[in-house]
Amino acid sequence: MKIVVCIKQVPDTAGGVQFNPDGTLNRAAMLTIMNPDDKAGLEAALRIKDADPDNVEVTALTMGLPKADDVLREAMAMGADKGVLITDRVLGGADTWATSSTIAAGLRNIDYDLIITGRQAIDGDTAQVGPQIAEHLGLPVISYAEDIKLEDGYVTVKRQYEDRYHMLKAKLPCLITALAELNEPRYMSPGGIFDAYDEKEVTVWGRNDLKDLDDANIGLAGSPTKIAKASDKVRKGAGETVNLDPKESVDYIMGKLLEKHVI
Amino acid sequence: MDFTLDKKHEMARTLFKEFAETEVKPLAQETDETEVFPRETVTKMQKAGFMGIPIPKEYGGQGCDPLTYVMCVEELSKVCGTTGVIVSAHTSLCCDPILTYGTEEQKQKFLVPLAKGEKLGAFALTEPGAGTDAQGAQTKAVEDGDEWVLNGTKCFITNGKEADIYIIFAVTDIIEGKRGPQKRFSAFIVEKGTPGFSFGTKEKKMGIRGSATYELIFEDCRIPKDNLLGTRGKGFGMAMHTLDGGRIGIAAQALGIGEGALQCAIDFVKERKQFGRPISAFQNTQFQLADMATRMQAAQFMVYRAAEAKATQKVYSVEAAEAKLFAAEAAMAVTTKAVQLHGGYGYTREYDVERMMRDAKITEIYEGTSEVQRMVISGALLK
Repeated sequence: MKIVVCIKQVPDTAGGVQFNPDGTLNRAAMLTIMNPDDKAGLEAALRIKDADPDNVEVTALTMGLPKADDVLREAMAMGADKGVLITDRVLGGADTWATSSTIAAGLRNIDYDLIITGRQAIDGDTAQVGPQIAEHLGLPVISYAEDIKLEDGYVTVKRQYEDRYHMLKAKLPCLITALAELNEPRYMSPGGIFDAYDEKEVTVWGRNDLKDLDDANIGLAGSPTKIAKASDKVRKGAGETVNLDPKESVDYIMGKLLEKHVI
Repeated sequence: MDFTLDKKHEMARTLFKEFAETEVKPLAQETDETEVFPRETVTKMQKAGFMGIPIPKEYGGQGCDPLTYVMCVEELSKVCGTTGVIVSAHTSLCCDPILTYGTEEQKQKFLVPLAKGEKLGAFALTEPGAGTDAQGAQTKAVEDGDEWVLNGTKCFITNGKEADIYIIFAVTDIIEGKRGPQKRFSAFIVEKGTPGFSFGTKEKKMGIRGSATYELIFEDCRIPKDNLLGTRGKGFGMAMHTLDGGRIGIAAQALGIGEGALQCAIDFVKERKQFGRPISAFQNTQFQLADMATRMQAAQFMVYRAAEAKATQKVYSVEAAEAKLFAAEAAMAVTTKAVQLHGGYGYTREYDVERMMRDAKITEIYEGTSEVQRMVISGALLK
């Protein structure tokens, strides 16, 4: 059983956000973490491995700057067996289309039974890359997984859906997108960290290692999405707490709304 | 000479810091207040692999180096001195001597569950009449057929009652030396629940109040002959060598407590306003912080050097003694200054620095007082 988990190194929102002049994120300048949905996806894969350690292999795959090596080492320190880093200057500035085209090409180089991605990354919040990869590879996709069960070549997934959930069953190979609510990811282990640097390997692929990939579909040039403007969220003020009885509160709020010409 | 950490040690620090902030810090004040041993945290540390960091993988450990272990104790102690010493006493004083002196059978039977964190360890040398003068110990072990019979009392034992496996030092032989009769000690592995082994009073302490500190009582306690650790009669040297390692752990605890207090002080002085400005704007505050930071940085270098010495040298008594002496005194001074910078608030139990100052004090006392460290260091200078 071979599982590939696609992970992304995203800005740590606690550390502030910085942009390039073209509106894309300046990833090199920011503190980073493993995207939370992806981490839950990795944990789900590692739990499958825990149940059958000799027969399950987990590969973490990412596309990004060379420093995305860090997030792969983190995945391996949690228990993933291998890491794959797709990195090349010509791949930079990719939107979801170019990213999913590139990652799908990377996945064609690997044997897999199951691909897990996070639902969406906290930097772009599109939730498009996972399903797009499945389309490129012609795989069934089950998104928003809250629970994953594997048996006899099939996967059964509890899929979150507004006020209810779906139980979906798909034949392997398939692609699942995971929610952060799926589980509570484990910590790295100290020995796992040593293994991640001393024993395990990250395979690095550039553009030329990727097959069946049209240059029209990669990088900033191959991205149909054009960013008009991007900015950091404007921070809200501290707010005001008023302790009055209900009638006085209403009067107070109405007064404020009139004062600010809202009504 | 390189003072930077490599990537794996940086990542290990990230892990320890995240764990400490998430799992340990929220409980630190309550642990101190209630004096309850943080069992749930120990279970979490077991799952996270923190209970056997420097122990080889073949014996259930993580296979990391002493520096990684030291960084774990440091980061835990930044938020909770109690949690730091639980790991330190378990690892340095119980796992380490079994790894160093144990037979293969002893390692499989005792070290593997200890390093996996399934069992907790402790070490007992001190007795009511024998602290720094460890030679004054009275606990005896007598051979009887296939067993050893232990009688005596140990006191101030960290992880007492909570631990499952204890390293006990007892007098097994008396030989005629040049200056009259001399005691010869041996070390034994004793499991909790062994008939004749019970616990006396729990100490009510000034600091590290969640750490369980107990008296151990042995009354005709019979243990299998196979539980003799190392060579009969060589126990004193084994205890001293074990304490060299233990002192690096306590130095790391002191380092963490001091660094934790420094961070609290930095956060506080930026918030606290007097005379219309934050007290961080006053030069006295700035200079105090500068002195505190410099001292803790020096302590960190010494503690990391001692950890490196343990990894690469057979004997590291002086490095360990220097690190513990300096880090403990730095922690005491820095926590005291942190309380002072907090003013009246620092004297209340609402603020962490009050606890940190009480926790720091023990690092100047246990596993060899600062005076003992000075004896070790000067002894090496003058020999």
